Amino acid sequence: MGREVAGSCLDGVVMEMVSAYCGRFYAAKPELAAGRIEAIGFQVGHQLSERYTMDRPRFTDHLEAIKFICKDFWSELFKKQIDNLKTNHRGTFVLQDNCFPWLTHVSLDPSMESTDATESDPALLGDTAAQTTSMLLYFPCGIIRGALTNLGIPCAVSADMSNLPACSFVVRIKT
Amino acid sequence: MPPLTPPKSGDALFSSVERVNAELFTLTYGAIVRQLLTDLEEVEEVNKQLDQMGYNIGTRLVDEFLAKSNVSRCVDFKETADTIAKLGFKMFLGVTATVTNWDAEGTTCSFVLEDNPLVDFVELPDTCQGLQYCNVLSGVIRGALEMVSMKTEVTWVRDMLRGDDAYEMRVKLTKQVPEEYPYKDDD
Repeated sequence: MGREVAGSCLDGVVMEMVSAYCGRFYAAKPELAAGRIEAIGFQVGHQLSERYTMDRPRFTDHLEAIKFICKDFWSELFKKQIDNLKTNHRGTFVLQDNCFPWLTHVSLDPSMESTDATESDPALLGDTAAQTTSMLLYFPCGIIRGALTNLGIPCAVSADMSNLPACSFVVRIKT
Repeated sequence: MPPLTPPKSGDALFSSVERVNAELFTLTYGAIVRQLLTDLEEVEEVNKQLDQMGYNIGTRLVDEFLAKSNVSRCVDFKETADTIAKLGFKMFLGVTATVTNWDAEGTTCSFVLEDNPLVDFVELPDTCQGLQYCNVLSGVIRGALEMVSMKTEVTWVRDMLRGDDAYEMRVKLTKQVPEEYPYKDDD
């Protein structure tokens, strides 16, 4: 195991990033905020995947690359593997984490939300916790897309959190 | 009454918290800074946002620190600074800072970091001249101290990303409200 820092440092910067983009910068334009959060994730995933595959032979097919994401890559990031992988064999993969760490650890501090939201539209504050969670998930989606793109697999990634704290990432490979 | 358990050592604290891959943390912070530079255009505004993020993080980390460290009331700013350097930095970043360059009044000092996980793999391009890359750290210190009733101003005086031999932030205590420090009565 390499160098480590306290989990609260990572949780802190991720939450502040989400809160800055959704609250301070693009409060009225959630789709813009989502795009930026995804882009930040993409860059992280791209760089990490580059680092973690340096000494490996190239993957010969999509499934092999996806399995790498589910096992080695996920273990490096979260100290656990993806719990369940499904595919329709036509380019769609569903990666399920039964207890995604960022959904169980990242608690939403209401005071933080209210201070950041002072200038935003009150209508947007309705379901803040659920909204912030769905915004947060653009980050790991970006990480997965960045990692796969670095492996030569262009794709779209979305998250399904209908089963909290389980979370499924749906990868659709572009052909 | 706070429990009379002795404070934990920095190493014991760091091993007691949940830890994550530092690469993920460092690259995430780097990607945030890069995106902010793209979106905000003005470097000064990026510095401000990084400081604000740090401040917000600091106001929350201080609770976790007080809950886990068994540290009780520090007698003065000097002891507070030592506690942050030896226990605070260690608990969260796994490194210790040195406290130095005290002024005569005992209200201004420096934290010096020779090893800073925030900047692993970072190189600043020439276009980022005015960027205070580590502003999140100074923001954390400011936010955390404000929660224990110490108003501070924190500025960077040395930065290895700009060719200095270490990271040094200057912390100036500007106002202290002693009666609220460090515990509020929960009743």
